[in-house]
Amino acid sequence: MSDVVEKTLTALPSLLSLDSHSGSTKLSSSSKLGNLIRGITELTSKHEEEKLIQRELASIKEQVSSPNTSMRQMKELMVRAIYCEMLGYEASFSYIHAIKLAQQGTALEKRVGYLAVSLFLNESHELLLLLVNTVLKDLQSTNLIEVCMALTVVSQMFPKDMIPAILPLVEEKLTHPKEIIRRKAVLALYKFYLIAPNQVQHIHNKFRKALCDKDPGVMTASLHIYLQMIQENPEGYKDLTASFVTILKQVVAGKLPMDFNYHSVPAPWLQIQLLRILAFLGKNDQSSSEIMYDILEESLRRAEINHNITYAILYECVKCIYTIHPKSELLEKAAKCIGNFVLSTKINLKYLGLKALTYVVQQDPKLALQHQVTIIECLDHPDLIIKRETLELLFRITNAQNVAVIVEKMLEFLRGNKDDYTTIDLVGKVAELAEKYAPNNEWFIETMSTVFSVGGDTMQPDIPNSFLKLLSEGFDSVEEDRKLKLFAVDSYVSLLQGEPGKLPQRFLQVISWVLGEYSYLRGELDAATVLRLLAKLLDTKSTSSETKSWVLMAMTKVCEGGVGVSVAQEVCETYSSSLDTALRQRAQELQHLSQDRDLRAKVLPREAGSEPLEVDSSLSFLDGFVSEALAAGAAPYKPHHQRQEELAQAKALSMEPYGLPISMSSCSIADRQSPTLLSVSSGLSGDSPSLSQKGGSTTPKLDGVKRVWGRQGYLVQTEPVEESDLVEVTGPLQSPNQQAGADGPPSQTPTLKPTPQPEQEKQQLASSLFVGLGSQSSLCLMGKPEATTQRFRRKAKGPVLSSSTGEQISNSSVSASSMANNLLCNDLLDSNITSETAAPSLEQTPQLSRDLPAANGACAVESTDRDVKENSASLIGDNRLVAADPAPRGDRGKLKDFSAHLPAEFSGLCHSDISPLASNQSLDVSACHVQKEDSLVLVVFMYNSSDDAIPHILLELRSDELEVSCEGDSPVEEARSRSVAVCQYSLTVKKPSVHVEVAGTVSYQLPVGTSQSVQFSYKLPLTSFIRPLTVSTEEYGTMWLDFSHDTKQKLTPICLGQEPLMDTLNVLKKKLKLHVVEIIGMEGIVACRVLRDQPCLMHCRLHAGALSVWLRSPVPDLPDCLMYHCQRALQEH
Amino acid sequence: MQFMLLFSRQGKLRLQKWYVPLSDKEKKKITRELVQTVLARKPKMCSFLEWRDLKVVYKRYASLYFCCAIEHQDNELITLEIIHRYVELLDKYFGSVCELDIIFNFEKAYFILDEFLLGGEPQETSKKTVLKAIEQADLLQELYRPERSRDVK
Repeated sequence: MSDVVEKTLTALPSLLSLDSHSGSTKLSSSSKLGNLIRGITELTSKHEEEKLIQRELASIKEQVSSPNTSMRQMKELMVRAIYCEMLGYEASFSYIHAIKLAQQGTALEKRVGYLAVSLFLNESHELLLLLVNTVLKDLQSTNLIEVCMALTVVSQMFPKDMIPAILPLVEEKLTHPKEIIRRKAVLALYKFYLIAPNQVQHIHNKFRKALCDKDPGVMTASLHIYLQMIQENPEGYKDLTASFVTILKQVVAGKLPMDFNYHSVPAPWLQIQLLRILAFLGKNDQSSSEIMYDILEESLRRAEINHNITYAILYECVKCIYTIHPKSELLEKAAKCIGNFVLSTKINLKYLGLKALTYVVQQDPKLALQHQVTIIECLDHPDLIIKRETLELLFRITNAQNVAVIVEKMLEFLRGNKDDYTTIDLVGKVAELAEKYAPNNEWFIETMSTVFSVGGDTMQPDIPNSFLKLLSEGFDSVEEDRKLKLFAVDSYVSLLQGEPGKLPQRFLQVISWVLGEYSYLRGELDAATVLRLLAKLLDTKSTSSETKSWVLMAMTKVCEGGVGVSVAQEVCETYSSSLDTALRQRAQELQHLSQDRDLRAKVLPREAGSEPLEVDSSLSFLDGFVSEALAAGAAPYKPHHQRQEELAQAKALSMEPYGLPISMSSCSIADRQSPTLLSVSSGLSGDSPSLSQKGGSTTPKLDGVKRVWGRQGYLVQTEPVEESDLVEVTGPLQSPNQQAGADGPPSQTPTLKPTPQPEQEKQQLASSLFVGLGSQSSLCLMGKPEATTQRFRRKAKGPVLSSSTGEQISNSSVSASSMANNLLCNDLLDSNITSETAAPSLEQTPQLSRDLPAANGACAVESTDRDVKENSASLIGDNRLVAADPAPRGDRGKLKDFSAHLPAEFSGLCHSDISPLASNQSLDVSACHVQKEDSLVLVVFMYNSSDDAIPHILLELRSDELEVSCEGDSPVEEARSRSVAVCQYSLTVKKPSVHVEVAGTVSYQLPVGTSQSVQFSYKLPLTSFIRPLTVSTEEYGTMWLDFSHDTKQKLTPICLGQEPLMDTLNVLKKKLKLHVVEIIGMEGIVACRVLRDQPCLMHCRLHAGALSVWLRSPVPDLPDCLMYHCQRALQEH
Repeated sequence: MQFMLLFSRQGKLRLQKWYVPLSDKEKKKITRELVQTVLARKPKMCSFLEWRDLKVVYKRYASLYFCCAIEHQDNELITLEIIHRYVELLDKYFGSVCELDIIFNFEKAYFILDEFLLGGEPQETSKKTVLKAIEQADLLQELYRPERSRDVK
């Protein structure tokens, strides 16, 4: 193809003189645009260009605003304005004229007008509102081209709030006789779905019709919507799996018109889209996956032409195969396919090969071994992108044995890297690996020092935070603890003696803190020496004032002895008059505390870091002071938001004379329903940052760091890996692969044979990089074992090396037998899947059934909340059986017992069914949630099915949407043999979402010494968090005006008797626990809150048989989520 | 797809299409940085780039660079073929397209792009159908012209 365009002459000015050239015949050389372009190319300096364009813009501006300009001239002017904007000069004066042109022009003029609008404005631009009417008119036009133009612009940008205005027209187009119109209408709906999913919820069945459209183009377009919807909720579309498979079959077999072929491959875009959809549907779902196996194999087989497009399909195919429920033959074929990518000489394919490997090694680390030669070559690749992707791959296969080599490679890359994004990302990964797998103290401290120096001030703040937390919390072994701190102190002292001015601020802060806390541990180190080093930092110009604060605090902790105090005094003198108040305060503290030894010992006791601080957050000790001040006439304190509100009200008041008086009751709501007002207000709210909700997200996740370190890092010394070790470890299990890697490249790559000398180096590198992977390979066919869970094993107890090898040995002995039994068991299940008799038959093999989920990794279980169960009928039910794996069914007998373990205080409350979540050889985890009036409690049951007591079970929960807090004293439990340990957690909503999920890890140590972990996830609908909010009508009115996030939708009311509004609200009240504030005529106002205290208000109005519902809340997304549940509640009724 | 840029070897922007709402300032900054990064790459290097939190896929045709930003889960190779299909469409429409065609008729290039990609997703992958749609719209313009001139009179 490039030859075709190769004809382009590179030197522009020389070409312009050749008017007879084939390309330039079409140039409108006499046009004004032509003149402008030519003018620009003749210029030599940027300055001249600027002058010329400014002149041009001035003339355009004059002409567009002249009343005599015809639409045709306007079109020409618009094209020139677009050109100027493309060159980077602003032409905002023309935006309004672009809209006018789209409105008033005919055909091509309109087309240019729409184009200019779509290039000039974005969907949040306020002028776009002016386009709504034009779009409405054109959608109703009898001219197909005009309808097309309107649909095209709508699919690119449309104001969210105006969607209801055109939705019926767009929907209507789904049945248009012309396929191009249907296609564009589907894409417009796709766009609506992306920006406002609630608005198009009611037309889901029409999407199905589009999917069955006889025109392949329309069907392809509908897949965009399906991909999106299935990604969000795969459970809802399992019934379509077979249809998608059939479509793919037809495409692959070449049943589509030839038009859709691309380089003789049938409809590649369609194929890829379908493969992505199938991957979502088959994930964690064996029965759906089984439907796909045939067509996936067929796709792999068919893709034989050596062209990019074939590889694109293959890549998607491989990803799909590794995402869905595994089938060993397919995996083998896919693995071979990855080999073709990785070994390709084409750099783009090599890159994708690495990317695919990175994706699959999490499930099958053996694959990395097969390609070690290539991976090592890629590590030294001149293209940084390849190098970067290789590091990503290595990151995924890191273990305790190869961590040193891999981290060294990453740091090497980081030192030469200039891109901030990459630095932030890689530095985080190095820190993660260092904390997880550090072989010894020295290495850890040195690595972290490099991380801090390289990461500089751009890195994520939680890296230094978790590092300091790790140091301060210490480990179980006091001696190790001391050694680590000592080493840190030593290395930081020597850093400060060097050139501390070059170190980043964050690192200096870490150093000061460590020296302040722990320098006393090094007895021979004089406090005065430390103080001088710190004081030197204060004198360095580049030190920021934040760092200076840290330094002063550190000095306060260490100042001791005559010399020390005098150094401190000197510093105090300088900074007690500093303009920076924070510094001045620190200096004052230093001054006082350095002089009063006893006070200092009391305020800053040594080793206090590990003891929890008691904080009186209500500041009750100040009560006396406050009441005195109030008595003396001080104004009472108002919190920030209250002051803001009053300020805003004060402003609103000044507007009063010009507008109608606004009463604070519900009737004002109706006043504000005019479209412009509504959209302007919500547009504003969209732009303003939502402060209150984002607060929690930056808090560092530090949990568990301590334990990883404490028990793993030090007790076992992993020697630097020798080659002989490697042979020993990988020898028996891995010999075929190892040989392929070490003795020379695999047979497909005869060209890669390197010369002996570098070969040896590479071999050494290979052995150090890939050590520890081989032993797991025997497990890989079982599913997704060890490697996937490795990342989460931060909390694992016990020494890394012994645990991993020990467990592997025990596991691999089990695996052989359970693999055979696996099939057997599945058969049993299949045949009995609906009958209750499955339970007893499975109970005969309890040991076996409990093994299964462990082999399949964490299994996601749909929560059995009543809401979910009621509405989604049999679909979800069936799938749950499959997804939940056999074990929980087998343990049915035990499940009944769990309810007996439900804490007594919950006995009277309503709780969900107890659903099994995950289990392994020794532990079964189940959970349910209990609705309390002011909270929602998640109760987790852990049943110890082994014969030995488990002394410490550590349960940790995390969630993106929820705030999880532990009820009771500690999350650590003990489980005696054959008994149940119960943990309670209180959940509140942090970030609203239609469904929320909690993921958890149970880690524990068996008496035998191996550490284990079980992972699970628990899903529940937002409705479980809704509680009534009792407010008066007046309060409601005030709140309504304050809330910035809203959504509106028409719902179908419920008609039981005479009063549909009342009936509907009663249903909502009953199902969603809303509080009905007042009903006035055809309008009703309702309020609720989402735990803990996120209010949401609803206003509904019955009009012409439809219920228009308007939801408002200060919390973003909450109105949308609630709207979804209201709609569901009404539909189910 | 997040956006598509066309620029020349000299770094001059020839076409820009943004599928995500961004401010003009951001757009300019992104364009400047990306043009610099891509132009600095050597011919034998990979056509994919990690750039900020996006993936950039680019390809050079004669003196023009076509450059698309996609998300991480998207397929890089198929994006490369999207670029190629677009070039094929331009080539068919203009009849061996060259950079000058795109400079002087950039609005046409935009029309073709809008018929091929809509809202960042491939709308129609059949070459014939896309060109038919464009031709019909072009034809309409011819039909309208006489009417229009009558109006003026």
